[in-house]
Amino acid sequence: MLLSEMKEGQTGIIVHVGGNGALRRRILEMGLINGTEIYVEKYAPLKDPLELILKGYHISLRVEEAAQITVDNVVNSLKENLR
Amino acid sequence: MHNKNITIALAGNPNSGKTTLFNNITGTRQKVGNWPGVTVEKKEGIVSKHGYDLKIVDLPGTYSLTPFSVEEIIARDYVLEECPDVLIDIIDASNLERSLYLATQLRETDCKVIFALNMADVARTRGLKIDAEKLSELLDLPVVFTIGNKNEGIDTLLQKAIELAESESEISQKRRVKYSKDIENSITKLQRSIEKKIAGKLPYNSRWTAIKLLEDDRIVKERVVQKAGDNGQDIIQEIQELRKKLIDRFHEEPEMVMTDERYGFIAGIIKEVLTTSQKNRIDISRNIDLVLTHRFIGFPIFIFFIWAMFQLTFSLGAYPMDWIDMGVGGISALFESFLPDSLLKDLLINGIIAGVGSVIIFLPNILILFFCIALFEDTGYMARAAFLMDKIMHLIGLHGKSFIPMLMGFGCSVPAVIATRTLESEKDRILTILITPFMSCSAKLPVYIILAGTFFSAKAGTVIFAIYIFGIIAAFISGRLFRFTLLKGADAPFVMELPPYRAPMLKSVLIHMWDRGKMFLKKMGGIILIGSVVIWALSAFPRNIQYSVDYSAEIAGVNALYEAEIKTAARTADSFGMKSIEEEREAAISKIKLAQDAEKMEKSFMGRIGKKFAPLFAPLGIDWRGGVALLTGFVAKEIVVSTMGILYAAEEEEEDALQKTIISSGMTPLSALSMMIFVLLYLPCIATIAAIKHETGSLKWMFFSIAYTTSLAWVAAFCVYQGGRLIGLN
Repeated sequence: MLLSEMKEGQTGIIVHVGGNGALRRRILEMGLINGTEIYVEKYAPLKDPLELILKGYHISLRVEEAAQITVDNVVNSLKENLR
Repeated sequence: MHNKNITIALAGNPNSGKTTLFNNITGTRQKVGNWPGVTVEKKEGIVSKHGYDLKIVDLPGTYSLTPFSVEEIIARDYVLEECPDVLIDIIDASNLERSLYLATQLRETDCKVIFALNMADVARTRGLKIDAEKLSELLDLPVVFTIGNKNEGIDTLLQKAIELAESESEISQKRRVKYSKDIENSITKLQRSIEKKIAGKLPYNSRWTAIKLLEDDRIVKERVVQKAGDNGQDIIQEIQELRKKLIDRFHEEPEMVMTDERYGFIAGIIKEVLTTSQKNRIDISRNIDLVLTHRFIGFPIFIFFIWAMFQLTFSLGAYPMDWIDMGVGGISALFESFLPDSLLKDLLINGIIAGVGSVIIFLPNILILFFCIALFEDTGYMARAAFLMDKIMHLIGLHGKSFIPMLMGFGCSVPAVIATRTLESEKDRILTILITPFMSCSAKLPVYIILAGTFFSAKAGTVIFAIYIFGIIAAFISGRLFRFTLLKGADAPFVMELPPYRAPMLKSVLIHMWDRGKMFLKKMGGIILIGSVVIWALSAFPRNIQYSVDYSAEIAGVNALYEAEIKTAARTADSFGMKSIEEEREAAISKIKLAQDAEKMEKSFMGRIGKKFAPLFAPLGIDWRGGVALLTGFVAKEIVVSTMGILYAAEEEEEDALQKTIISSGMTPLSALSMMIFVLLYLPCIATIAAIKHETGSLKWMFFSIAYTTSLAWVAAFCVYQGGRLIGLN
């Protein structure tokens, strides 16, 4: 499943980061690497970009960027359980 | 005796509280400039502590040392080439894992590094406990807890930094990231070969260089090849072979693998030093965001904030603007009464004082605006604004943050252009600067009011609104055009941190505001002063104009004519009659003077240039007088109206005199529309041009902006006027 297909309030585990060059590198450097648990906090009012929580901080990505990231183990999650 | 000097650089992620810490260390003894060649702010400050003179350098906030953005290249070059005595890495303690990514990279350089675990209090309230001793042991460097906004731990930090700078010990190599076997082997191999081939000339430490070469770092590669001379090709070939092997082995580029492994190394550290208790995990910031980026009320609140910023900037700013205006008026009146009439006096009053006055009048606007922007930035709201607006701005290939400067353009282009500093990508910044002048600034409004009011009376409001919309459309089209031509390349990615909301510190906000205000005064002052003097000279020279009519003789004639009448009135002691006669005389004289001013303007260099340009303006339906008015608009757009007033010889006392004379000059609704379009789009005023030069750091973009806006204005006005005539309008 792609990160861009996840809904608000779901968690998932990153299994692959696609894309190329500098952008991909930047995504990895911000900690979106394989095996990282991410939580979809919300989509912006115009449905793009989206806000994620990972490694204890908040980050936003455009939907087109999120579409490069494949996730697994997607489940609905309670916000309180997130770390 | 002189104190010993130590240079301390502050590095760290954006939003790590670095600037707050810097402000607290240096206070007001800081110097703001630009890093050479770029418009990224460089901050330095010198403080005396513990018997040393400490030079503190604030590096731009970065997430890594990969040369991804200008900021990162600056930070990296500084660390590698200037070699500060100590490097303080400021780490957001509540965001340890990601912060350590930069830390591991800094650790790979030859610098003496010390960690400041900042915002320790925030981490504690979030239930995070960090074992500093363990961290210090694991990475073999000093670690100090600090709370930047409460000034805690800073003395200890500086003391440790001094100790570290004075210690003789070699920087330990052992506590660095260890990569997997294949990568380590490649690093060692490459390290040996570059040591051999460019021994002694190697710019940086060899392990770091080898790592960067394996990561295919463009800048390091160029520098190494340059140093290697004849061996350059060999090294490139070796890198390619090693990279290829690694790609075959991992099915992935080495830089990606190494990023992964650095995070693996960090995960190991985190496991040992960080304990999380689930208690006290009320996340205030998240609750604020439930409201501020809410699906339905997020936008209304955003619009309210922007409206409030506008109101503050332009309404509150109007008071100090009036005072400055009065002050400038007072000074020029003072000179007027004290100095004898001379060319110098004219230059002083109408050139220098008027020119500089027209600039410092923007200072209140700029200070208030930057106060608001600093508030947005320091609280963390700016990132949310970008989050909300990104979808719309992305349509022109811009980042969400570009919205703020473009919006400010409706007020005044000068602060708007300066506000592009908040954009990280150079291309975004230039693109935003190029299209911001199309947002019709408030100084253009008086021109529309006169023209639309004269020719479209009842529909004036609609026409002016349409002009504004036309400007926005021009900005969007130009934006897309530039994105696909001059400023091609991928849009800046929107991988943006949404930092936790923080209470702003007044000191930081004020320092921020004043820095930018000062920069405005200093840099703009020079260019604008010269520009104003040039414009003044063009309208004041030549001095010996051959008037078509002998105005002084006429005035003398009028005086003589009324002299007799006044005498008669005085004899009959008819004070009422005398007053009215005197008024009549004054009116007659001022009429002659107006005619003289108009002719003087017409025959000045400015007027002659205007007439030379007349054939250019003719296809737009603008006569030479309109042309001269537009030329003087280069100083400030408001001046277009006053020049028109002089040229059309309107009498100032009469309310709608200008409108009457404009109509009688043969201007039509269609040519008025054409002129409004031209005013909307043509070259920005001199203050904006100075800002463009300063913010883009290049004359090239400045001239491009002038040429582009003016040609677009001409073409658009041409289409409106000629098109309108074709379909039978006038």
